[in-house]
Amino acid sequence: MTALTLKNVNKSFGKVQVLHDINLEVEDGEFVVFIGPSGCGKSTLLRVISGLEDATSGEITIGGDVVNSVPPAKRGIAMVFQSYALYPHLTVKANMALGLKQERRPKDEIEARVAEAARMLSLGDYLDRRPSELSGGQRQRVAIGRAVVRQPKLFLFDEPLSNLDAALRMNTRIEIARLHRTLDASMVYVTHDQTEAMTLADKIVVLRDGRVEQVGSPMELYNNPANQFVAGFLGAPSMNFLPAELVGGSAGTKIGIRPEHMRLGADGPIKAVVSHVENLGGDTNVLAELSDGTQVTVRLFGQHQIAPDQATTIVYDEADSFLFDRDGHRIRDGAPVVASV
Amino acid sequence: MNKARRNPFNLAAAHGILIVYTIIALFPVFVILINSFKERRSIFREPLALPHSESFSTVGYETVFNQGDFFLYFQNSLIVTVASLFFVLLFGAMAAFALAEYKFKGNTLMGLYLALGIMIPIRIGTVAILEMMVSTGLVNTLWALILVYTAQGLPLAVFILSEFMRQVSDDLKNAGRIDGLSEYTIFFRLVLPLVRPAMATVAVFNMIPIWNDLWFPLILAPAEETKTLTLGSQVFIGQFVTDWNAVLSALSMAILPVMVLYVIFSRQLIRGITSGAVK
Repeated sequence: MTALTLKNVNKSFGKVQVLHDINLEVEDGEFVVFIGPSGCGKSTLLRVISGLEDATSGEITIGGDVVNSVPPAKRGIAMVFQSYALYPHLTVKANMALGLKQERRPKDEIEARVAEAARMLSLGDYLDRRPSELSGGQRQRVAIGRAVVRQPKLFLFDEPLSNLDAALRMNTRIEIARLHRTLDASMVYVTHDQTEAMTLADKIVVLRDGRVEQVGSPMELYNNPANQFVAGFLGAPSMNFLPAELVGGSAGTKIGIRPEHMRLGADGPIKAVVSHVENLGGDTNVLAELSDGTQVTVRLFGQHQIAPDQATTIVYDEADSFLFDRDGHRIRDGAPVVASV
Repeated sequence: MNKARRNPFNLAAAHGILIVYTIIALFPVFVILINSFKERRSIFREPLALPHSESFSTVGYETVFNQGDFFLYFQNSLIVTVASLFFVLLFGAMAAFALAEYKFKGNTLMGLYLALGIMIPIRIGTVAILEMMVSTGLVNTLWALILVYTAQGLPLAVFILSEFMRQVSDDLKNAGRIDGLSEYTIFFRLVLPLVRPAMATVAVFNMIPIWNDLWFPLILAPAEETKTLTLGSQVFIGQFVTDWNAVLSALSMAILPVMVLYVIFSRQLIRGITSGAVK
């Protein structure tokens, strides 16, 4: 069964159309991540799924029921917000129990579910505290707990980690992944952070300007991007794009090579001048400027002593390069870089 | 303030200005208070002297308690003020929530319309209001005053509260919606507690003019049983003879309830004024 189906979903605010014909299926137990730059409509799409915004047209199905005119509370969803959105006047326990109370569940069931969620998220010691007495990470765990106790058909996460610092973000990310494994629940997760998308998702949906650019598993998107946008958005440091002319390609086309697929070598095809070196210990990022002014990043493994302003050449394997046309579409005929457009 | 930034001259100047302002503001209150405890001759002979054994007299307070039904006036003022504040805050907050939260056609226009009353004094409509009260039979009832004061207070309340309600996190309201709370529960349980400082600000701004008003009680409810404190005190002010002892005593006592209400609201008020200034 599919947990969520979107059919030709459009959304306009007045004259501005923010979502264009979104079609999507989320299978039962699947973890789907919406990713895109800010303003691409990913949060709006999530709000349309949750019922906080109405779709202008199109059909939304959750767990087999069309929910276009069902209020948010009855859609069988639970949502975790970026700003935690805990009820400030209620204790942690009451925060988690409120949704179930509204559904008029029996008291002992509420108790049991809250206890279970608290155990799962190790919130047992904080049940009687108020949100203001908790740290950011704890608050977000409470917010996740509030979603878990409702046992929804579909979890919605709206950039849940953006307000946390780097270390907490990683811990909470792992926690969410673990939660997904234990609950085996369907989840939709919105983020602009490609690391979160790559590490959490079964399926990534890349959005730009309210349109779906590509859908696929993280490795599919990484190894086989449909266009320059997707290629540049996933992977860190992001993919280098250089004019194909530099390596004998046709004018206007671009060649994309990931930083880890480039090496500095003695007589590579691309001439460059090192402009800056970042030593990260585990690996070294070399920023270099090509003859036409294009900046590229070369990611070398291990530690390297490289002086800035040094002239060098860049070596890469043609199998690891992608070719894009003038509009950023992928040229896929498997032809070598010199192929004409 | 941190030591490096402390300049003795600035510090003295700031305190000097504040002290001068405090003296100017409190001086009339002080004069009223001391003179209310003096006999009539000493009020005029040495108005700034403190009451001493010869001039001390509580004749003013005695007159106030014996003439007219001072406690009834007091009660009327309190009922009118508290009831008006309650309605101003309730309806003002509700309107503000609707304006801040819901997108509908004419939202901005409606907001402007509701704020218009800030610029147009309600007293301009006195004649029409009186006619309305006469035809609805509300003249000489406390309801007449409560309704007028509610109308008078609403524009500012809507204006201030809608600004504050816009700052309440959308995520919080949406979390409530997903948990199945009704819009009323979201309003009363989630939003109102968060705009409490703004509510206190509105309450204080409205309370003092209502308590002190003479105009509407005189026109709409001058009957003995509906007189407010301000109106009741006027009996002591005559065209030719004014019983200053009684007037000063009545005024001194009239300060008390406002002060009590102000103390209740002031902690919230300070937060209301400063919130938004620093994040």
